[in-house]
Amino acid sequence: MPWLPPNVSAHGGEIDGIFYVILWITVIIFLLVEGGLLWFIFRYRHKEGRKAEHTHGNWKVEVVWTAIPFIIVVVLGAMSWGPWSAARNPARAPSDAVELAVHASQFEWQVTYPGPDGELDTGDDFEQRNQLHIPVDRPIRIHLSSEDVIHSFFLPHFRVKQDVVPGMEGQSLWFEATEPGEYVLACAELCGTGHTRMMGSVTVYPAGEFEAWQARNAASN
Amino acid sequence: MATTVEHTPGQAHAEHHEPSFWRKYIFSTDHKIIGIQFLFMSLLFLLLGGLLALVIRWQLGWPSDPSMPMPGGSALPESMVNSGIILPEFYNSAVTMHGTIMIFFAIMPLLVGVFANYLIPLQIGAPDMAFPRLNMASFWTAFPAGLIMVAGFFVAGGHSAAGWTQYPPLSANPEYTGVYMGQTLWLVSMIILGFSSLMGAVNYITTVINMRAPGMTWFRMPLSVWALFITAILILLAVPVLTGALILLLFDSSLGTSFFLPEAGGEPLLWQHLFWFFGHPEVYILILPAMGFVSEIIASGSRKPIFGYPAMVLAIIAIAFLGWGVWGHHMFQSGMAFTLGAGFMATTMVIAVPSAIKTFNWMATMWRGDLHFHVPMMHAVAFVGMFVIGGLSGVFVASTAVDIFLHDTYFVVAHIHYVLFGGSLFAIFGAIIYWYPKMFGRLMSPTLGKIHFWLTLLFFNLTFFPMHFLGVNGMMRRIYDPTQYEFLQPLQGWNTFITISAILLVIAQLIFAFNFIWSLFRGEPAGPNPWRANSLEWTAPSPPPHGNFDATPVVYRGPYEYSSPLSDEDYLPQSVPPVDEAPGGPPAPDDPETGDGESSEPASRQEG
Repeated sequence: MPWLPPNVSAHGGEIDGIFYVILWITVIIFLLVEGGLLWFIFRYRHKEGRKAEHTHGNWKVEVVWTAIPFIIVVVLGAMSWGPWSAARNPARAPSDAVELAVHASQFEWQVTYPGPDGELDTGDDFEQRNQLHIPVDRPIRIHLSSEDVIHSFFLPHFRVKQDVVPGMEGQSLWFEATEPGEYVLACAELCGTGHTRMMGSVTVYPAGEFEAWQARNAASN
Repeated sequence: MATTVEHTPGQAHAEHHEPSFWRKYIFSTDHKIIGIQFLFMSLLFLLLGGLLALVIRWQLGWPSDPSMPMPGGSALPESMVNSGIILPEFYNSAVTMHGTIMIFFAIMPLLVGVFANYLIPLQIGAPDMAFPRLNMASFWTAFPAGLIMVAGFFVAGGHSAAGWTQYPPLSANPEYTGVYMGQTLWLVSMIILGFSSLMGAVNYITTVINMRAPGMTWFRMPLSVWALFITAILILLAVPVLTGALILLLFDSSLGTSFFLPEAGGEPLLWQHLFWFFGHPEVYILILPAMGFVSEIIASGSRKPIFGYPAMVLAIIAIAFLGWGVWGHHMFQSGMAFTLGAGFMATTMVIAVPSAIKTFNWMATMWRGDLHFHVPMMHAVAFVGMFVIGGLSGVFVASTAVDIFLHDTYFVVAHIHYVLFGGSLFAIFGAIIYWYPKMFGRLMSPTLGKIHFWLTLLFFNLTFFPMHFLGVNGMMRRIYDPTQYEFLQPLQGWNTFITISAILLVIAQLIFAFNFIWSLFRGEPAGPNPWRANSLEWTAPSPPPHGNFDATPVVYRGPYEYSSPLSDEDYLPQSVPPVDEAPGGPPAPDDPETGDGESSEPASRQEG
């Protein structure tokens, strides 16, 4: 059975963990409820002489089955707070991150890299279209902007998704890659006729190799 | 509490001379005819929406595959389908219009336009709506809205392609989609449709408050009336927000304003807030009436009182109330402040609770019942089973953290279809079959009904359950060709499988269409009460005459007195006078009819 794509980000494991907790809880509830439904369908099907019990309810059991789902959802909500805040609270953005800028437009991702000085908006910046190159095991912070419509920056293997809203200042996201390799960048928000081909590649370099790539490209720029 | 009003007896209407065909069936003010007009209109739109789904599925099953040209594609212009290949422009229009038509022109009018019109007066014992002419205007506003929406397919540039959610700037600047006239027609049609919904909602609310028959206290109303009443309040409060936002969007797209366009200081997210402030109550508009119908059918099919009637009413009210505070869960990944995301997660998690209560109460209603699996009951029980899946999948996307991955994937597509098809549409099929004999005096064929039910249940699940897998694998919504993505290529077998299931699912609906039309002429005559049910509509003839009841019915009890010890039969209609009229009579202590202080004299009685 196809399943969650392999996770290659530092924070993704926790998100997947909550996914599996919810999966187990919902599968158990699913089996109990659907099993009960099927049992009732079989057990209480009409037969000659069967008479239904005349009851209007029982507040005690109703309180129980109100309280149980309530407790479950409160727990699930509380579990989600941590990774949500880690992924989205601007105060928790890493300060020592490799900073990149991604500018979305119909239908491409323009990635701006800092040159050897490690800073954006300086003379040695360089750009790559539809190619995201990042180092492994270092926090990455990506500053997002859009030229035209809303796009959504989606890295399925990194459990990253963020709409990019035109006109919205200061949008950014951060994550950390854990496995070198080739991955995909997709647009997850309908953005026009070419939405489906608004695709990029993600290259995660082993330790040290990103800087070499960066220096090579900055020089040839 | 009981603000019942003595209204004009039905005979007043019966004395009217026979109206012309035109007045009787076309520009009718009779709530039953108007309900049936909505029924025919929305079933046609349901068919159109289904065909649009097949356009989407054909492309996803065999993406741009020249060896699998779209059947009938040669009949469409080359701007839509070229040499059998569905073009991305047309694909995006199909995605947009499938959602638009299903939600606004099929499911919503089927639930509300049809059944609020048809059922409310009959179930509360009124001769008609409070405002019959406004009611007629409601239909004759919805109808041109539908025509304008359909016209969008025939204009140059094609129909709107910005998704049913119409996120600007994509929807607000025609240059981004290349759709000019189609986009304008979409907006104009939706604005007009909003007025139709408002006219209906005002009418339903007024009718329920003012026109209940003597003895029909609030807590003797069938849950279908409760659900439709609360739904009407949601419509009255939510639709104006959408209509206002649509007018601003129309200004942006055709007059050059910038409410939602950032270049001149507009705010794209403002649209999302307005849209979903309407849109999430809308989700409950699309499910609460279905829950009401299912409650009616399960109680009658189980021959048992609904379990926890007060809790069922409170759950409807709780859902409607909490439904105003959850819109932001559509926007977790939108760029909205993260603290807002956490707040909306909390409200969203809590709103799962009343839905769970309802599910348990339906099951408890079946527990120790005497279950008669007629075709409406099969649909109602399937509703419970499928709604559970839709509810549980909702828990995943309610978690802000998990939603980072699942948002805008096929997991959400699976979720919405388990709620709106597995839930709402199964309830609609059940409700149509259940009240069809009242509407047309004949039963739909149970044999065809069962074949249609089983095929629909099977192919529905084969179509939509695998979409969970697609979503968990990260397949994005609304993409034209998933095979362009290497990580999605292993899923293509599932996509083809889903498409074949979807084709069979649509074909199975032709059985329903045939049964519906055939039974109009050949169905078994039904009599007034084919399901031996308790609520007032079953005391009127089938179909009820203009004015509904020969004499205003008097209500003595709640609508779910099945298998009552007070009756030799396994049902006890609301309007049958108690045998023992002595004070301090037999009602059980926990009976909902105690304490309402209403002891209407059984003045004039009639048996349908």
